Amino acid sequence: MDNITGAELIRACSAIGAGLAVIAGIGPGIGQGIAAGHAAAAVGRNPGAKSDITSTMLLGQAVAETTGLYGLLVAILLMFVQPLK
Amino acid sequence: MQGTILLSSGSDIDIMVHGLFSYELFGHTFWITTTHVCLLIVVLVLTCFSIAANRAMKHASEIPGGFQNVVELIVEMLDKMVHGVMGKSGGKFVNYIGTIFIFILVSNLSGLFGLRPPTADYGVTLPLALLSFILIHFNQFKYQKPKEIWTDMCSPLPPWLPIWFPINLISEFAVPISLSLRLFANILSGTIIMALIYSLLSKIAYFWPGALHAYFDIFSGCIQTYVFCMLTMTYISNAIGEED
Repeated sequence: MDNITGAELIRACSAIGAGLAVIAGIGPGIGQGIAAGHAAAAVGRNPGAKSDITSTMLLGQAVAETTGLYGLLVAILLMFVQPLK
Repeated sequence: MQGTILLSSGSDIDIMVHGLFSYELFGHTFWITTTHVCLLIVVLVLTCFSIAANRAMKHASEIPGGFQNVVELIVEMLDKMVHGVMGKSGGKFVNYIGTIFIFILVSNLSGLFGLRPPTADYGVTLPLALLSFILIHFNQFKYQKPKEIWTDMCSPLPPWLPIWFPINLISEFAVPISLSLRLFANILSGTIIMALIYSLLSKIAYFWPGALHAYFDIFSGCIQTYVFCMLTMTYISNAIGEED
């Protein structure tokens, strides 16, 4: 274990950083769940507006997903492009 | 982009854009990549479809049948979507929205046919978002007076106190970045996960990647296409303002 080169250390730390970066997925998960729950409640109250509610929910969820995707992008960059190497 | 962690494991995971051949222009080296080839295939397919649709509509019959029916269905669906969101001013934007809708949809679905989806390359999604960005601001300056735009940009505070102007300016420029990154990251993550599944589980899994294809390519691709077009339409509607 005492002959780890600097490049290997950076690669290992990049992998750990990538794992940490995708923790950003927690936020959008909670947000999308809240949006879906409220949409389900809205459909329960007003079943006639189901298509409108569904499209609004999908739009809001896609926007809420963006922050999680930024974390995912950071993880992908760390894993595959390796800017720190 | 060689020698990455997963690529060095010996398996044939193929998620990156590869350069096919390069050429020199004005002292810079440009690469023709797999994205160009996939994009060209998508554009060729769409062109053939458009020519066929044009010929079908020239010999259109009163009672639509077969191919004419499909074309009318697509056009009516796009018309209804754009007019439903943009209202009266929708007629001017059906062409643009319909074009990018069909293009992004076919690009996303091309992953089903073994291509690397062209939208999984940031060089494809950024120009799409920049086109939308230019369209948004062109219409903003066309339909609103400069004073209204200034009031809008200083929005929470009165217009003679432009403290919020820089923040609003940043949020304006965040629009194309978030539009393009959303589409890019969604399709890229689907591509990566499908490549991982295929390379790691190809020995034991033969049928259930199909379910993942249904999710990542069809469901996610359609949702992201819809979201891109819907957000573009919403931003343009906001830029046009209360015209009706």
